[in-house]
Amino acid sequence: MTQQPSNLRWGELEDEDGEEDLTFLLPPKQVIGPDKNGIKKVIEYKIKEDGTKVKITTNIQVRKIVVNKRVVERRLWAKFGDAAPVNKGAGDRGVVDDSLTMVSTEEIVLERPRAPGSKTAGGEALGDGLGKGGEIKLCRTCGKKGDHWTAHCPNKDLAPQDPEPFTDHKRPTSGHGKYVPPNKNASGDMRRRNDDNSVRVSNLSEDTQEADLHELFRPFGPVTRAHVVRDKTTSVSRGFGFVEFVSRDDAQRAINKLDGYGYDNLILRVEWAPPKAK
Amino acid sequence: MRPILMKGHERPLTFLKYNRDGDLLFSCAKDHNPTVWFADNGERLGTYRGHNGAVWCCDVSRDSARLITGSADQTAKLWNVQTGQQLFTFNFDSPARAVDFSVGDKLAVITTDPFMDVTSAIHVKRIAGDPEDQIGESALILKGPQGRINRAVWGPLNRTIISAGEDAVIRIWDSETGKLLKENDPEVGHKKTITSLAKSVDGSHFLTGSLDKSAKLWDTRTLTLIKTYVTERPVNAVAMSPLCDHVVLGGGQDASTVTTTDHRSGKFEAKFYDKILQEEIGGVKGHFGPINALAFNPDGKSFSSGGEDGYVRLHHFDSDYFHIKI
Repeated sequence: MTQQPSNLRWGELEDEDGEEDLTFLLPPKQVIGPDKNGIKKVIEYKIKEDGTKVKITTNIQVRKIVVNKRVVERRLWAKFGDAAPVNKGAGDRGVVDDSLTMVSTEEIVLERPRAPGSKTAGGEALGDGLGKGGEIKLCRTCGKKGDHWTAHCPNKDLAPQDPEPFTDHKRPTSGHGKYVPPNKNASGDMRRRNDDNSVRVSNLSEDTQEADLHELFRPFGPVTRAHVVRDKTTSVSRGFGFVEFVSRDDAQRAINKLDGYGYDNLILRVEWAPPKAK
Repeated sequence: MRPILMKGHERPLTFLKYNRDGDLLFSCAKDHNPTVWFADNGERLGTYRGHNGAVWCCDVSRDSARLITGSADQTAKLWNVQTGQQLFTFNFDSPARAVDFSVGDKLAVITTDPFMDVTSAIHVKRIAGDPEDQIGESALILKGPQGRINRAVWGPLNRTIISAGEDAVIRIWDSETGKLLKENDPEVGHKKTITSLAKSVDGSHFLTGSLDKSAKLWDTRTLTLIKTYVTERPVNAVAMSPLCDHVVLGGGQDASTVTTTDHRSGKFEAKFYDKILQEEIGGVKGHFGPINALAFNPDGKSFSSGGEDGYVRLHHFDSDYFHIKI
């Protein structure tokens, strides 16, 4: 209360309703930014019902959108025809029936005829097939061509189970046949990165997507996970990512081959992923 | 992406059109009221009341002030886009099918269906700057094609009119004299009814969709076939992305057979194809019936589809759409 503005008189502390309105005692609203990423920080203070002061910090992403003047004008046009507001009284805008428009509750994706990244293999197979006049065996699990079908793959059980890739043989068995919740068992979270077989790829270009990483690392062996690390606010790639292999040997070969490899005009750095800090 | 569903029509959609700035979306359906929506959030702006039959087609002037609609009630009407007020009615002896404003909005082409003893025709009307001066007389009437003329659009510099319809032939007419200039080579052309036609942004080429389960890309000047996109369903609607080299085909089995077959055989997705490689990129599901209308926003960042189910679905693409590699 020592920071009260000097022009405060005791009579103003209580308003007519007897409710305290002390908001004018609070520090003023503070706006910082927007910074170069377009993030604006707004700091506000509020008094809760029980009298405690709260500081509210809001991060707002600011985007500048250039809009056509005529578009803005049209935006303000009055509704007409069947869309005209009903029960329109004097000086009242009336009620607009907005039940006709709704956002789909279902997430619709552009369904690809084949998985992204598998294009090259499929394309080559098609080309070969045409050249030799026969079909070619292509294993989707280990990426080997001409050897065996996916169903007969010797590494079949190592293959990732889409869409949630976890490898069955690594699931810990408690030995007693008792159910152990995933967070209690030895391996921890199932979705956790398998550090042993993961490689860290850095110096990626911003355009590199997960599918591109998949495509790049696939020739070395089955990949269970490819992940590009993105900035939380701007979702722009931070220039590095992680690729998890089924087998450590494949990962080693990928490191040997791709460390220092030129990709999208940049020299990649591929190394073992550092163990995740708990 | 989460599409926006607009359920403003009681009957199947027939046509969709964006204005030039891409902020308004006009929809026509077999109910009698063409509707205009805000193209960003799908809010309904208004309906145009006055037609007494299915509305088959519409076009909006470049300054988004006028709308022309063609209807099965044997009229084509001019509307004030902002107020929904009727400005003029063109009367015909048979249902109006396709309408298109010329470059400069001084002329409009309107096609009429064959009906009783009347054969199908393409009418060219002068559009007056002031609706008071508007007259109903045709500046030119073209006749000749058999069956409905499902689409008629203006060629480059308004010198030609391109028409396509039930007889599966694409024709280019001289818009001054009314002379038939070109017909497409029947060897490479469509085998069944042409249902839709979409021009590229610069007008140099156009895409036609047909019930023969294919869509074809043509050169506007020479009428040579450039590309063919083969699909497994009759094509009711086509659209071309102004931004990426993508074409979208919409369709599905004939509406009358939908209830008699398995729902999976419907193939009601909007299919994306690479314009140059003719290869399928992907499909967007959602409609419960065949897609009758497709339109791309002029900025290429969203598209909308209208189906036999009476819904308009407005899709704003996710950012990864723009990075698709095939």
